[in-house]
Amino acid sequence: MTRLIARFLVALGLLAAALPALPALAQDNGPGPLRIEITEGVIEPLPIAVPDFIAEDGGAAAYASQIARLVAEDLTGTGLFREIPASAFISPVTSFASPVQYSDWKAINAQGLVTGSVSTASDGRLVVKFRLFDVFSEAPLGEGLQFVGTQESWRRMGHKVADVVYSRITGEGAYFDTRVVFVSETGPKNARSKRLAIMDYDGANVEYLTDAASIVLAPRFSPSGDRVLYTSYETGTPQVYVIDVNSVTRQTIATGGTGMSFSPRFSPNGQTVVFSQSSNGNTDIYALDLASGSTRRLTETPSIETAPSFSPDGNQIVFESDRSGTQQLYIMPASGGEARRISFGAGRYGTPVWSPRGDLIAFTKQNEGRFHIGVMRLDGSQERLLTASFLDESPTWSPNGRVIMFTRETQGADGAPSLYSVDISGRNLRRVPTETGASDPSWSPLLD
Amino acid sequence: MPHILKSLALVAILGLAACSNADRFGDAGAGGNTPLGPGAGLGGAGDPASPAYFSQTVGDRVLFLVDQSTLTNEAQSILTQQAAWLNNNPAYTIAIEGHADERGTREYNVALSEQRANAVSTYLVSQGLLPSRITRVVGFGKERPLEICSEEACYAQNRRSVTVLNAGGV
Repeated sequence: MTRLIARFLVALGLLAAALPALPALAQDNGPGPLRIEITEGVIEPLPIAVPDFIAEDGGAAAYASQIARLVAEDLTGTGLFREIPASAFISPVTSFASPVQYSDWKAINAQGLVTGSVSTASDGRLVVKFRLFDVFSEAPLGEGLQFVGTQESWRRMGHKVADVVYSRITGEGAYFDTRVVFVSETGPKNARSKRLAIMDYDGANVEYLTDAASIVLAPRFSPSGDRVLYTSYETGTPQVYVIDVNSVTRQTIATGGTGMSFSPRFSPNGQTVVFSQSSNGNTDIYALDLASGSTRRLTETPSIETAPSFSPDGNQIVFESDRSGTQQLYIMPASGGEARRISFGAGRYGTPVWSPRGDLIAFTKQNEGRFHIGVMRLDGSQERLLTASFLDESPTWSPNGRVIMFTRETQGADGAPSLYSVDISGRNLRRVPTETGASDPSWSPLLD
Repeated sequence: MPHILKSLALVAILGLAACSNADRFGDAGAGGNTPLGPGAGLGGAGDPASPAYFSQTVGDRVLFLVDQSTLTNEAQSILTQQAAWLNNNPAYTIAIEGHADERGTREYNVALSEQRANAVSTYLVSQGLLPSRITRVVGFGKERPLEICSEEACYAQNRRSVTVLNAGGV
């Protein structure tokens, strides 16, 4: 039950770490400031050394190495960092308190160095301390921090260390201490079992939120990450539900109307749910005010309107419609009204998702028998296809807007879905490890 | 009667699926008609008032073109017979279940398959079926394919609407 234990994680000094300012950089006049500018150009991964953390006592020994490995995996997994193997190290780190021998790390071209220690507090909790060094500037990059948490939450503490390192070096928000809710899929194509499941962003700590009794579709996190909207066929007709991921209690969303409701998503303030409702062959988008229970119809056309997604300021909604004859992307005011089409390229466009930064729309594109995940600007310009396969769909954004996770389903009678992530530059396509088939990911915000 | 043979083959596939997933989907799924398979004896396919006759001889499903929910001439012909059968067997209520092939995004396919099921519903009513006998019109999107290959031959069978006689209808 790590999701409960995680509530007890105490992040000392985290507020200071979360500030976007980079004080160490400001005073850095060295030859090569430790900084990755994430641009569209080719990136040479930054060489970084993450020696095993120092175990300060016997109880910490089981975690010291694992936490360092996890930090290194998080960082190298971004494609922005390259880890220098321990076999290249000149002097082993034997004490967290000892001064860093910069020359030894310069000699192996380690531009960044992360050192850390793990100890066990009297109540059994782990204390994880770490420091980040800019080797070529011969200075720490930011102050040292420590996290305290239960032994079971060691992965979260590792992710938090990596989050701080990533943020200090890139100047951007991070995304390692996050979770992903998705649909776990097992069984043959014509008798698929689907269950809602939640896991860490890297595939660890999977927990199931529903059984396999009913088809479930497209879970979506609330802005605070504590609730998930999804669609279930348990009554025989698809309906929208919300589930609390901590208590695993759920309730029906009273969408009004008697038809099918599906494709829900929260507004950024969590007070409104937009969704699609179908009846008499017509699918439109509606908004439900959770406090008052009142429902408002946002589109009124005889075509299919679905997959709504709010802008981060809550003022606009991007959605897909086939009013022109094929699926295309449109943006309308959050209160409904006139929509403007933004997709004009060849093919069909669906499942738009507004980026957390507000400047891009991620989408699924079908063209000439292939499926793509892509991004475009709000006016449809600068369309960029990031992937191509037999079937890619359902993009979701990392909280910093740098990475998109999506579903990729393979072809044929044995075809099965799995989750992939890709940088918005199109680099670093990676499969997210899951023990079952997996589809429809939704990425949480950064956890507290 | 190649159409009948095809229907029998589909029933056989559904039977297998139902066996491995006995607790799933209740009678709302396309598997709901499996107990009415061939050779059911009394009330079997030879009996024009039997559910088996409806599913096999009349034909309980119609197929759709890619990204379309309009009824083909063949579909209309089958639905005319469905309506006639239902009007002759007024004890049955029905659920209409639309489906899509896998070549579309999930939400769109749910909506498209509802359009297909609704096109069937509208046509049956136009043929004199009382709307009150249609208990459910639902789109399953691409979630419940009958055929599992990734070729047009399979996709064509999956772009369907199935008229399911509700259990306990007699």
